[in-house]
Amino acid sequence: MEEVIAIAIGVLAASGVWLILRPRTFQVVMGLCLLSYGVNLFIFSMGSLFIGKEPIIKDGVPQDLLNYTDPLPQALVLTAIVISFAMTALFLVVLLASRGLTGTDHVDGREPRE
Amino acid sequence: MTAMTHLIAAPILLPLLTAAIMLMLGEKHRPLKAKINLFSSLLGLVISLLLLQWTQTTGVPGSIGVYLPGNWQVPFGIVLVVDRLSALMLVLTGIIGVSALLFAMARWDGAGSSFHALFQIQLMGLYGAFLTADLFNLFVFFEVLLAASYGLLLHGSGRARVSSGLHYISINLLASSLFLIGAALIYGVTGTLNMADLAMKIPLVPEADRGLLHAGAAILAVAFLAKAGMWPLNFWLVPAYSSASAPVAAMFAIMTKVGVYTLLRLWTLLFSGQAGASAYFGGDWLIYGGMATMLCAGVAIIAAQRLERMASLSILVSAGILLSAVGFAQPNLIGAALFYLVSSTLALSALFLLAELIERSRTAIEVPLEDENELLPRPQQWLPPVKGINLDDDQKAVVGQVIPWTMAFLGLSFIACALLIVGMPPLSGFIGKLSLIGALLNPLGLGAGEPISMAAWGLLALLILTGLGSLMAFSRLGIQRFWSPEERPSPVLRKLECTPIFLLLGLSIALTFKAEPLLRYTQAAADALNNPQQYVMAVLGTRAVPGPEAKAALLEVQP
Repeated sequence: MEEVIAIAIGVLAASGVWLILRPRTFQVVMGLCLLSYGVNLFIFSMGSLFIGKEPIIKDGVPQDLLNYTDPLPQALVLTAIVISFAMTALFLVVLLASRGLTGTDHVDGREPRE
Repeated sequence: MTAMTHLIAAPILLPLLTAAIMLMLGEKHRPLKAKINLFSSLLGLVISLLLLQWTQTTGVPGSIGVYLPGNWQVPFGIVLVVDRLSALMLVLTGIIGVSALLFAMARWDGAGSSFHALFQIQLMGLYGAFLTADLFNLFVFFEVLLAASYGLLLHGSGRARVSSGLHYISINLLASSLFLIGAALIYGVTGTLNMADLAMKIPLVPEADRGLLHAGAAILAVAFLAKAGMWPLNFWLVPAYSSASAPVAAMFAIMTKVGVYTLLRLWTLLFSGQAGASAYFGGDWLIYGGMATMLCAGVAIIAAQRLERMASLSILVSAGILLSAVGFAQPNLIGAALFYLVSSTLALSALFLLAELIERSRTAIEVPLEDENELLPRPQQWLPPVKGINLDDDQKAVVGQVIPWTMAFLGLSFIACALLIVGMPPLSGFIGKLSLIGALLNPLGLGAGEPISMAAWGLLALLILTGLGSLMAFSRLGIQRFWSPEERPSPVLRKLECTPIFLLLGLSIALTFKAEPLLRYTQAAADALNNPQQYVMAVLGTRAVPGPEAKAALLEVQP
């Protein structure tokens, strides 16, 4: 399972970085999105990956980390998802404003000279 | 818990509440919003001053106040901590906030309806970042201040702002991702995010995990260094800061200092001399990275033609000096660097405000072009002399003209700003640089006879060379703007625009005379940073207040 998660995070981060380095603003937005997915999965996996552990307190199960998954990374991921979602929305607004003001979707606000 | 302990949360809650009121007021009522904003910012400044006063009198070793907002036991819940360093930063933020706001109230706050709300949220993020004592809340407050800064940077709109805003936002989103990766790695290795707890756990990290821990810390540091403006992570900074509207740029003068503050705080706690195998991890990177920043910014400032650009580059120079000085991990050098931080931040934010007024006199008769920042200023026409300025004896002499008070005010303020930033005597910039050089030459205090390292010589040379570069740039610009004979109407200044500049420069000049108390204070702050044990003890030793049931149980036990 670790391998699958690691490959997934790697692919997401690599495609994200590649897209961020592209010249069109929409590609940058997609890149930032993919990167934030990769980061979220990464935070999640830093709480160690287990199969079959309880996520929520259950009667009769001793309350320690041997029987439950670590709740902290899940709380962190929740916050990180909300924040990155909001920031991406804000970035989209600026992207549209830039498109309207400069008339191009190039990240520098003008087409490169040939 | 006394009332003062509760006051630690006030700098965060007050702007949040004010911002909420602003949003309720909707898009109208601008004068009312401005008044509420000013009142709240002043109140925030008063609270910061009270906290600063309080850290001096607590009697706790290291003068540390701890507040548990959720009343959870320490490593598990949120913690806010105020010590000498954070109290100093709070006061600095308060002063700059009030000044920027006064300036904005003259004209700029009319450019968009959400200015006052965004301004308060920005203050909340700044105060929060200085007060928080765990890594994840630091992330949250960073996002709060960044989100507000995105809005503020775009305030006033225009092509240059939107275009540099796009870069600014994408760089910062990327840096936030790195921040999360670093924080997650550190959590994965140590199992905690509380800074004091981290300081305890890092010496105990097993050898196999140490590489992972260092990787996490380095990734985290990249995020902070991008905010602090270290070369080569600082290319976004100059276009963003020089296209921002003047009051916003003045606020941003403290934003790079947030990066420096966080690095100083985390580095001295996590990788202090007591951190075992990780002691002083990455110190050389800070020293040489800071020097590279100074060098690049120092060269660029000589080429700069616009005052806003020069101010942004001066921010980079001062960031480089601070980062490099922090990297030496030498208490007397850090104390001097903190004094320099206060003096340079005040001067730089005054310069950003001043830049707009000075450039206004330039653009009063010419319509500003959209892409003006890419043009060099027109060459000065020395020959033939401009009409109206006469060099021959037949007509009346120039010396008899009365200098308009606005030009006198701008010129004198410009000279004061230049002296402060360059670090020339007699103002406080000189005292800051002098104490930096003094600390570099005497690593263990006066007369200890310790040999001086090559890195210290390098920083010393760069300090003097960047000062020389800035001096050349500032004198050239001053001659162009104030001495060259040109027919320009003197700019129209409003009283509200002059007050904050007067205030900031007045404070810097007062610092010249009252340098000793502040130096003593920053030295005490640096000594406390050098001794992280006090911080760790104060934070981990704080007990949660027992609830009513626990209290009742306690009373039953005691007859």
